[in-house]
Amino acid sequence: MFIRRTASRAIAALGATALAGIALTGCSAGGSGGSTSNAAITFLAAGNDPASIKTANDLVTGFNKVYPKIKVKVDTRPAGTDGDNLIKTRLSTGTMDDVFFYNSGSLFQALHADTTLQPLTNQPWAKTLTKDFKATVSTSKALYGAPFGSTFDGGVMYNKKVYSQLGLSVPDTWAEFISNSQKIKAAGGITPILASYGDTWTAQLFVLADFANVSAQDPAWAANYTANKAKYVNPPALAGFQDTAQVKSLGLLNKDYASLTNVNALKLLATGKAAQYPMITVTIGNVQQSNPDQVNDIGYFAMPTAGGNSHATVWEAGGAYIPKTTTGGKLTSAEKFLSFMLSPAGCAIQNSASLPAGPYATTNCTVPSNAPALVADEQKYQDAGKTGLALEFISPVKGPNLSQITVQVGSGISTATQGAALYDQDVKKQAQQLNLPGWN
Amino acid sequence: MKRARTAAWIKGVVAIVVSAVVFLVPFVFVVLQASKNPADASNLTFSLPTQWQFFKNLGDVLATNNGIIWRAFVNSAVLTVCSVAIMVVLAAMVGYVLSRKVTRLNPVINFFVLAGLIVPPAVVPTIWLLQGVGLFKTMPGMILIEATFGLSFCILLFRAFVGTIPRELDEAAVLDGAGAIRLFFGVVLPLLRPVIVTVIVVQSVAVFNDFAGPLYFLPGDENATVQQTLYEFQGQNLSFYNLLFMDILLITIPPLVAYIFFNRQIVAGLTSGAVKG
Amino acid sequence: MATTNLAPTALSAGVSTGSKAPRPGTKMKSFYPSWFFIPAVALYVIFFAVPTFASFYFSLTRWDLFESTFIGIGNFVEFFQDPQLLNGFIHTFEYGFATSAAKVILGFFLAVILTSPVVARGYIRAVIFFPVLISTIGVGIMFKSLLDPFHGIVNGVLGVFHLPQPGWFTDPNLALASIAAVDVWKGVGIATLIFMAGIVAIPSEYFEAAKMDGASSWKIIRTITIPLTRPATATVIILSLIGGLRSFDLIWATTGGGPGFTSDVIASVIYKEYQAGFFGLSTAGNVILFIVVTAIMVPLSSFLNRKAVEL
Repeated sequence: MFIRRTASRAIAALGATALAGIALTGCSAGGSGGSTSNAAITFLAAGNDPASIKTANDLVTGFNKVYPKIKVKVDTRPAGTDGDNLIKTRLSTGTMDDVFFYNSGSLFQALHADTTLQPLTNQPWAKTLTKDFKATVSTSKALYGAPFGSTFDGGVMYNKKVYSQLGLSVPDTWAEFISNSQKIKAAGGITPILASYGDTWTAQLFVLADFANVSAQDPAWAANYTANKAKYVNPPALAGFQDTAQVKSLGLLNKDYASLTNVNALKLLATGKAAQYPMITVTIGNVQQSNPDQVNDIGYFAMPTAGGNSHATVWEAGGAYIPKTTTGGKLTSAEKFLSFMLSPAGCAIQNSASLPAGPYATTNCTVPSNAPALVADEQKYQDAGKTGLALEFISPVKGPNLSQITVQVGSGISTATQGAALYDQDVKKQAQQLNLPGWN
Repeated sequence: MKRARTAAWIKGVVAIVVSAVVFLVPFVFVVLQASKNPADASNLTFSLPTQWQFFKNLGDVLATNNGIIWRAFVNSAVLTVCSVAIMVVLAAMVGYVLSRKVTRLNPVINFFVLAGLIVPPAVVPTIWLLQGVGLFKTMPGMILIEATFGLSFCILLFRAFVGTIPRELDEAAVLDGAGAIRLFFGVVLPLLRPVIVTVIVVQSVAVFNDFAGPLYFLPGDENATVQQTLYEFQGQNLSFYNLLFMDILLITIPPLVAYIFFNRQIVAGLTSGAVKG
Repeated sequence: MATTNLAPTALSAGVSTGSKAPRPGTKMKSFYPSWFFIPAVALYVIFFAVPTFASFYFSLTRWDLFESTFIGIGNFVEFFQDPQLLNGFIHTFEYGFATSAAKVILGFFLAVILTSPVVARGYIRAVIFFPVLISTIGVGIMFKSLLDPFHGIVNGVLGVFHLPQPGWFTDPNLALASIAAVDVWKGVGIATLIFMAGIVAIPSEYFEAAKMDGASSWKIIRTITIPLTRPATATVIILSLIGGLRSFDLIWATTGGGPGFTSDVIASVIYKEYQAGFFGLSTAGNVILFIVVTAIMVPLSSFLNRKAVEL
């Protein structure tokens, strides 16, 4: 959950910088010709930082070039868990904006879409969506979300210059990864592996980004996990916790691992003061802001795994939704807004807003040629078919305390097995809350 | 006498130095951060900016999201003044009677006053209620909510301090022909000035700094309060530390000025003290 | 209006309910009308009591804001099974009592100093109160930077003197104490203000008389200031203890309860459950916290108030 949130913010941030030079002229004009209504609507942005606001405003500006008569008012909200609760509160009390951005996957599943959202199954763009994305914004009854932004991967981001200077090659097995890291350590002066537990969510990466590997070894793992049969305390899933503990016990981390923040860790990686960082690739947007000249020094490889044949873990795009309380003329206007978002003009805004870190979830939009270098690295895994969705998109079960638990394991406060056991206990509440069979 | 004055001076100087280190260094840090460029500020080190851009940041913050901060200041001011006025008067009435008249109900009331301090407000049922009475998303609704949430704190303080006003005063006023209302508003309330000022200061800060209340009960950008503007610059993508600190600085100054003003009232209480009336 | 010669009897008259002559209360009673309660009670009942009782019902349900399923005491059982619960309670008490004690003691002495003729009194008052004005989020970010183990100015200064440079918020053994210190820094202004109001309310004749008798300033504090600021002391203790036992916002803004769970208190455990969407469970947690805090505060509060009356 934390990861998704960061992702959407990073997407938005990227947008703000990239958008500056984009002109939105040349869109098809006069689209509102046949419409019967031009009801004004409100639109809740993905956050309330300047980047989210700018992205939202640019979408509205583009939209108004096509539909000049439909007024769209942009509202903002806090990001993070404050935002989650706000969305739920507004939906459950019938006070939601007419269009809102929110996560797909398990966070979407908590919204009770069947009773709170307008189904979008029959929208013209619905058939352009990828199967994976559709699944993350649908219930058994209908499709409820339109994609915004691109997919991206989790794994290890590394500094290509450091790798070539030390003559290292991209690791596939965990042993190769550790051996690379020890060589970097021996060379001196460069941090082998970055940890940034000052932002606790970053501690989850060894566990979350290893999930495609877990799926590859046991395709039924997610289903068994949801059914209370598979556990993190057993292999293959335990590996993520063991990795988290091992990099600390081998002394491969930066010495300020407990207080370093994500943004500053990315700076160290970009400037070659550190070599490897378990991360989600969407954070490349921060590098674009802080170290624009070094963006293409950063590469990506999937989380290495004991037996090799490592798979890239993929995160899906976020969604745009319409609440059930929006009806009549407002609903028509809101639907037009979503259609615009997935039109060529809307895709242009999306492209500038999120400098894609992976392919789009709709065939209407395509990745531009100026994407960062690590996108090519991700593409290799796509082409080889060695990818898998992150757990939060295929199982609704996620405990609230994974960040804290992985920080404990990663700081040596508890062992990998203790941490995994604690997390298995942690997810129980969520499963019971969702009334999943097999948990009571 | 001279020795006493020297001692006072020494004490004063020590106090100034200690308070400066403990309380002003963080303040200086805020100002420095507010003067930096984004890259500089995100390092969060205590250092001089590599390039000073205090006024550029100031302009940026004031212009963010179509100048939302101006609207936010107006909203926060209205909310703070109205809700604090209501809670002070109502709480003073309760605290006064509670302290003066001992009845069997007192322990019950005391319990509910304490409960008001201990139990966190329930967000969703409160929204249902506001919707039910048609006050959701309105400033009057928000004002009543804030006034209610502050009542317990104020009652506790008033109850404690009404006791320091001699009852003989009440009796004298009654002999002069004052009724219940004039006794309270004309005689007792003015004597409570130091407490009133304390309550106003503390509760104004609480309402002014409340983030969660307006977020849930007064949604919509046109209703934004100053605390909401803090979130414009913060999140997991922390590239706007300079603007965040500028915003902290900006929204801390008005209450500081107000406090310094009210502070004189407390000092005034020293000389025109409660008892001398 | 009253004159100063009322002063000597003022305090005793104000606080000794009816120990003197024929109970002044009886004939005055009609001048303290009960309808003074009505407006406040109305607000309290409508906007606080009703929603709160409604929410207590949800503590018996599994509630995701959209639907609720009645599960009896399941949430309470679940809450008590939390592996961090015992730690959370210990931390809550440590944090609540430590911050409250520090605020009472520091606040009292600051108030004494700031109500006596000290150089630059206005400046010091403003400066001490300044942290109260900053939002908790701001304080959190500020101190995370100032107390950063590697780049923070505090450890920078310690390094100059070759003193140890601890990880204030990142060392599991230090995190909670560091937050408590910041809490005191932020909250001592309010305690000081309340004590100042209490000291100001003491008739100056008392101090003048004591000075005439040649009492030392320490003796004046002990025999006049401390006993006569009892109501203020009681208020500060009650407010700061309740605040401390319920506190989570500063913890949230600095460590988020970490590293791991080493600075988690009950209120932050509840808040995390709330954030995770376990609304029934977190309401149950609030009910438990309410019971615990009430069990401490009600006896303490009546004890403190009785003391104030006996004085």
